[in-house]
Amino acid sequence: MSELEFRTAIRDALDEEIARDPSVVFFGEDVAKAGGVFMTTPELHDRHGQERVFDTPISELAMAGAAFGAAVTGLRPVIEIMFGDFMALPMDSLVNQAAKYWYVSNEQASVPLVVRSAVGAGGRFGAMHSQIHASWFQGIPGLKIVAPSNPADAKGLLKSAIRDDNPVIFLEHKRLYSVKGPLPREETVPLGRANVVREGGDLTIVSAFKGVPDSLAAAEELARDGLEAEVVDLRTLRPLDGGIVLESVAKTNRLLVVEEGPRTGGWGAVVLGIVAAEGLHDLDDCWHLGTDETPAPYSPTLEDAFLPGPAAITAAVRDRLGVPA
Amino acid sequence: MARAESERPTRGRERAAEPPADYLSLYGRMRLIRRFEEEIQRLFLRGEVHGTTHLSAGQEAVPVGVCSALEPGDYAAGTYRGHGHALAKGTDPEALAAEMLGRSTGVCGGRAGSMNVVDLEHGLVGCFGIVGGSIGAATGAAMSAQRQGRVAVGFFGDGASNQGYFHECLNWAQVFDLPVVYVCENNFYGEFTPMASVTAGGEIGMRAAAYGMTSRVVDGNDLWAVREAALEAVTRAREGGGPTLLECQTYRHYGHSKSDPGKYRPPDEVERWLARDPLQLARARLKELGVSDDDVNELEAEIDATMDRAVEAALAAPYPDPQEDAGGEFKR
Repeated sequence: MSELEFRTAIRDALDEEIARDPSVVFFGEDVAKAGGVFMTTPELHDRHGQERVFDTPISELAMAGAAFGAAVTGLRPVIEIMFGDFMALPMDSLVNQAAKYWYVSNEQASVPLVVRSAVGAGGRFGAMHSQIHASWFQGIPGLKIVAPSNPADAKGLLKSAIRDDNPVIFLEHKRLYSVKGPLPREETVPLGRANVVREGGDLTIVSAFKGVPDSLAAAEELARDGLEAEVVDLRTLRPLDGGIVLESVAKTNRLLVVEEGPRTGGWGAVVLGIVAAEGLHDLDDCWHLGTDETPAPYSPTLEDAFLPGPAAITAAVRDRLGVPA
Repeated sequence: MARAESERPTRGRERAAEPPADYLSLYGRMRLIRRFEEEIQRLFLRGEVHGTTHLSAGQEAVPVGVCSALEPGDYAAGTYRGHGHALAKGTDPEALAAEMLGRSTGVCGGRAGSMNVVDLEHGLVGCFGIVGGSIGAATGAAMSAQRQGRVAVGFFGDGASNQGYFHECLNWAQVFDLPVVYVCENNFYGEFTPMASVTAGGEIGMRAAAYGMTSRVVDGNDLWAVREAALEAVTRAREGGGPTLLECQTYRHYGHSKSDPGKYRPPDEVERWLARDPLQLARARLKELGVSDDDVNELEAEIDATMDRAVEAALAAPYPDPQEDAGGEFKR
């Protein structure tokens, strides 16, 4: 087997970490006996037993509260909040308890907790099953936010998240679950470190999640116009690796941020803010491609137009740089 | 499987095997909480306690009675009216007072303040500034406790019984048979609003029946009654019998917070409850049981001296240095 599917990467990371550390427990709605609604966690319950992997009531607030309380008393819970949209329900526990505990307790204990969710639009799921909740948590000190774009990173980042002593929000883009990619080269991928996934000298495109393969596809198209784009995969949105972005912009002098989400209050604005504050002297141009300031629509024509896919990225670059199509 | 039962408040029976001296020390803990709250009120008016603070005077029998049923390794989660929860669980009064004053010797180094105290060394998972948060934290601690042979307790008020945390976590704890005791300190007011005007169904204890959970309604001003109900619930939890909801009916002597004189409470109601001050009730009961006034007075003097020393030391302690505080976002 020379390739790894994204959903299998998630399952394997959980499987290996549950086996590796007896304090890791995994729970959520339909994750155990059913194996997850996106079939990301099959067989884990059979392999590790009811003590380690179990189904819960549809009670997101209780789930997060229980995970928090368990995390500060000796367990390392991984929970699944099925769709990212449901993260509005457990926010009190995650924002006011888990995120603040290490600091407020004066470092008596940290909160080793991972919250996994399926996120993103493009699946025709409508407005309440298509959001990416990263930006809801972007401004909360004490939380880490992980945004993998490919199977190898997904596995290594999830393993790092489970081993991390701090609360980690781990987001899995729905339209990546069936993507296959090369096997991981390292056992873990460090949190907080971005990655240059394509080198180029004319333009830097920064993205995360599904936006990374979309940006890579756009970069191939732009190469035919003679434009070489460098693509930076952020991989972690908080803490955000501004260093790699600044290095790339120093080389290309142009920056496009591609974000699946509204531009107002998004992580893309954080990237632009860092570059404005620390790399303005390197910058000839920068802009931000996001979604409209509306909820995600349902109808395929509307949803396709809503998303900043490869064609939209290519068109945006050509338009901005005055390159005829 | 269903063990639903809800009993009316009962006067605590003297536990035959327990010498009155044990209760004398519990009375001492109640006295410590009372004196602590009086000092915090005084220091607040002097501008030494910052922001806001929620005092638990009048409710001392609940945390003291409940925590007396716990082993040192057991867990408790408290509320923003949590000074009593911390002191009953064993937090050092000097470290707690210093925390209220925002000093570096505080139990959380001055980072937490009055509403968010954590003292894991004494099993205090935390006090939570948002209504209902302690219920979630106790439920999670009970998941660890189940694997560790321990018990977890969650204190919360009547207001929290209308939060999602309450209903979701009671269901959760019953489904997973968790060793947890949910202790509702029903002081009949959610902030400024009478509990009865915003709470359907009458007794909060009865809500447990919907989840097949055992519950009891207890006179929360009677140390003996609280301790007896807590011992029963904690024993059940430790023996694998699952969770219990205890509704302890009590009353706060002060308003909701520092800005609240509590004028929404009818004077005759306040008078009735003040006449049932849990400390006075406990003192009278100790006397009935043959404890001499001298012994009680001696203990009180000792407690008062402890509290005086704690405040003096806390006031003498330095404020934390912002330079040294930097960079604490993540555990590395």
